[in-house]
Amino acid sequence: MHRTKVKVLEGVLDANDTIARANRDDFDRADVTVVNLMSSPGAGKTSLLEAVIQRLDGVRIGVLEGDVQGTQDSERISGVHTPSGAHVPVAQINTDPSFGGECHLDANMVRSALSSLPLAELDLLVIENVGNLVCPAEFKVGEDIRAMVCSVTEGEDKPYKYPLMFRACELVIVNKIDLLPHLDFDLDELLGGVDDVNPGVEVLLTSARTGEGVDAVRDWLASRVAREPQLA
Amino acid sequence: MHELAVSQAILDTALRHANGRKVSAIALRVGHLRQVVPDSLEFYLELVSRETLCEGARLELEVVPARLRCRPCEVEWELVRPPFRCPSCAGSDVDVVAGNEFEVEWITIEEEACIAPR
Repeated sequence: MHRTKVKVLEGVLDANDTIARANRDDFDRADVTVVNLMSSPGAGKTSLLEAVIQRLDGVRIGVLEGDVQGTQDSERISGVHTPSGAHVPVAQINTDPSFGGECHLDANMVRSALSSLPLAELDLLVIENVGNLVCPAEFKVGEDIRAMVCSVTEGEDKPYKYPLMFRACELVIVNKIDLLPHLDFDLDELLGGVDDVNPGVEVLLTSARTGEGVDAVRDWLASRVAREPQLA
Repeated sequence: MHELAVSQAILDTALRHANGRKVSAIALRVGHLRQVVPDSLEFYLELVSRETLCEGARLELEVVPARLRCRPCEVEWELVRPPFRCPSCAGSDVDVVAGNEFEVEWITIEEEACIAPR
């Protein structure tokens, strides 16, 4: 038996990244800005999206929901409307047909769902990733922007525990701030951690429940849509 | 859990380059800034490579330390833990020089001795 070393030098995620670029090309052609919204489970991504949609006119938004199982999130999004009364297009991806249910969306899953969304009629597509602070950060799906929600019930140390996620995002939304009076949560410590891991990243404080800070999230998203055509 | 999906990607890459030959080792370079758990990766790779030409292949994992470089003062340093700020000027205008690697570097294939090495 003869042993030979074969040079490979290939990125482990190259295949995913190739499909992500194809998605990105489709998004660019349709002139839609795409946000990959990530968080741990239960941080309030869907609640925040509901609250944003209820305040959003002038930007045509669509939502792609990613979950291991279930259609609760897409049903919730279908149930809300913009101030002018429009319902938003929503599609659901379940990752469970694969082995055990993937803990993240990958580029191919998003690709397979594109046909169920009217991209040409959208300005903004929010892809709500599977709740997880590790895996979604590794897999690009063709997004323009990565944003995350972290809630004040999760603990101040999360940026140090999940630096890849916090570094991957250009917006960190700190949600559930209405609960701060009831928690031993040190907001400054969290914000310090966020700044240590991703210095200068934009941070918005929200409560999807009371609506506090949601206008700022809406405005941030709307500004990114307006700023588009400066494509990479 | 993403080590499973990642393991599948590593396996696919190795099999493609093995071109129908038996693989006895897979060398992987993983940057310190990646959140990959080596033990978990080994476990899943063993699982997904069963009944493939990579079955039983040894995983050689090289962890690449994270190195950052401050643009304004050109200081370069190894980052063991945050902050991602220049130790000299405390600025955040820094580039990641190394630590984001995640690639299959080489594989070892086994073939009959009579076949000339390529």
